[in-house]
Amino acid sequence: MKIHRYEKIWLTLSFGVILIFMLIIGVQAFAFEHAPPSHKEIIDPQKVDVTAPFDNPGVFQTGENEYEVVMTLQAFGFTPHEVEVPAGAKVTFTLTSKDVIHGFQIAQTNVNAMVVPGHIQKVTQTFSKPGEYLVLCNEYCGIGHEMMAMTITVK
Amino acid sequence: MKEQKQETKRTLKEKASQALGVSEADAKLSKSYMSVAFLALLIGGFLGLLQGLERAGLIQMPSWFTYYQVLTAHGLLLVLVLTAFFAIGYFYAGMSHTLGGILPHVRTMAWIGFWLKIVGFVFAVIPVVMNDATVMFTFYPPMAASPLFYIGLALIVIGVWICAFGAFINVATWRKQNPAKHIPMLAFFATGVFVLLFFGSIGVTIEVIMLIFWSAGVMETINVMLSRTLFWSFGHTLVNIWYLTAVSAWYVIVPKIIGGKRFSDTLTRVVVAMLVITNIPGGFHHQIVDPAMGPALKYMHVFMSLSIAFPSLMTAFAMFYVFERTGRAKGGKGLFGWLKKLPWKDVRFLAPFIAMVAFIPAGAGGIAQTTNQLNQVVHNTMWVVGHFHLTVGTSVALTFFGISYWLIPYLSKRVLTPAMNKVGVIQTIIWTVGMLFMAGSMHYVGLLGSPRRTSYTTYGDHAVALGWDPYLFLLAIGGTLLIIGVLIQVYAVFHLMFFAPKGQTEFPIAEPEEPEEQTPLWTDRWGVIIALMILVIAIGYVVPLTDLIVNAPPGSPPIRTW
Repeated sequence: MKIHRYEKIWLTLSFGVILIFMLIIGVQAFAFEHAPPSHKEIIDPQKVDVTAPFDNPGVFQTGENEYEVVMTLQAFGFTPHEVEVPAGAKVTFTLTSKDVIHGFQIAQTNVNAMVVPGHIQKVTQTFSKPGEYLVLCNEYCGIGHEMMAMTITVK
Repeated sequence: MKEQKQETKRTLKEKASQALGVSEADAKLSKSYMSVAFLALLIGGFLGLLQGLERAGLIQMPSWFTYYQVLTAHGLLLVLVLTAFFAIGYFYAGMSHTLGGILPHVRTMAWIGFWLKIVGFVFAVIPVVMNDATVMFTFYPPMAASPLFYIGLALIVIGVWICAFGAFINVATWRKQNPAKHIPMLAFFATGVFVLLFFGSIGVTIEVIMLIFWSAGVMETINVMLSRTLFWSFGHTLVNIWYLTAVSAWYVIVPKIIGGKRFSDTLTRVVVAMLVITNIPGGFHHQIVDPAMGPALKYMHVFMSLSIAFPSLMTAFAMFYVFERTGRAKGGKGLFGWLKKLPWKDVRFLAPFIAMVAFIPAGAGGIAQTTNQLNQVVHNTMWVVGHFHLTVGTSVALTFFGISYWLIPYLSKRVLTPAMNKVGVIQTIIWTVGMLFMAGSMHYVGLLGSPRRTSYTTYGDHAVALGWDPYLFLLAIGGTLLIIGVLIQVYAVFHLMFFAPKGQTEFPIAEPEEPEEQTPLWTDRWGVIIALMILVIAIGYVVPLTDLIVNAPPGSPPIRTW
């Protein structure tokens, strides 16, 4: 099989670029813990209301500068639907769905996760800038999908 | 003297290829497939326009035909009907031409497949129109449509399978009759596409069968994550099937149209084999921000998805190599002089050329989405819709359009007149500009956070959401241009099918660049390619599927939220 010299160069370069790409992603994911939300924990999707911690959704301080926001998603809203956290704090969102699949996206941040019934999802974010952040559902969940939103106030 | 000899040889070959031709019966089959494909484009295109206008806040959909119903139907028509019917019609014509006709029983199979798909589509569309299946073309459970919807989808898949088996039988029979020869390139591509269609859709078929029983109340609950994973084992493969269909025209047809030769026969076959082997686990990157799967598994899948980029990068080289060689052979000088020698005014070249150029940013965007952190930024935003319209709506669709300008007249024994060619060039330009506006603004507004699959909303006039509006308006302008493109394209197809002047049109198959170069026989051994493909699927899916079944939460009952 005869391969043209220019093609060999092109293939080596492109394969090299992909490898470098993978290396950067790997370092980010495992050394800097920037892996995408991948929490593995299950829950009975029909008993969310009576299962801890989702029987008591809300904002909880868990450390000196750490907060946990326990939240349920359902057609077509978030519970709680207003959240206030201080700027610079490490905030972990613990999420599950009470009905269909929803999305959890905080606009203008990198927070973006799928919330699937039967599974608990966790995603962590530190809001450095104060402001009123828009949270929206980005997975089609029914006729009121475009109304499913909330705000996070960072002070 | 030598030249004259070559000339006679060529005419002989041409005569032979004309004699092979496409029989009347095969032409009828392919024309039927094409008619359905372009009718789907017409209806699906109008639904797309409605969506774009609603999304920009310019119109309000009535309560009896909501935005989400329109979106479900738009997806089904363009994602399932247009592409599948076009690909099957095109490849059956290609096999008929290069293998010396479709075997009579295979033709019967293709007709059975045709009607099963039509019946399946009618079954699926009735509940959509009645608002009993407003679940999108991803139909994620536990949102449950009417069982009729899933039965329709299952019939469509069975129809496609019958066509795939027909293709395998036709190619295998040809192989038996021509033991020393290589499978003709277009039939080789067809084999790859049908292998992917069959093996790629096994997972989603299992899902759909479960959904039939679950939505009908026979099964009480469903494993949501398992369904989602089975769905995506097919989801991205389907996209790559259309892409591989388009690529077949780039390798085999386009060189002939510009008066050149095919790229290396061996490397082309290697590209097809690599695309088939690496494709199916590629869909997993749609689940990068899902729960229930660990970061290590996701990292492995990023690598598996990125490996699909490799054959595509080889294709990028091959295409521009052929263009440069051909341009220089025609006297093009200097670094870029050869570009001037390409037939820019020929729609059969212009449309696929723009399609290839569009694939450069489209492929780069795909690589961005495949990777962990970048995916998190754009997942489920309008960016993804922009990417989809750049890859499928531009690279694939424009190639299909380009094919239609010679395939339809070839099948209907008519000719492409210079006037019709001009119509095609105008259509190509309108389409390109429309997509630049639409896909461009979709990409950008997605980066700003605008979600996909959402009707018009400002989220209570939140400042961030209000900032998206100007881009959504650009999107609507693009959509309006595209519907003009759709109308011209559909007109062109039916004109070429029924009204263009009678005459002979060539099926443009390029000769290999160096016919004396012997392609290794292993490239034709589909058994080996399929075995490798199954191995790669197993690496990607055995662990997560087992985990999702063994560590499953209690299932979900059917839920209707629309």
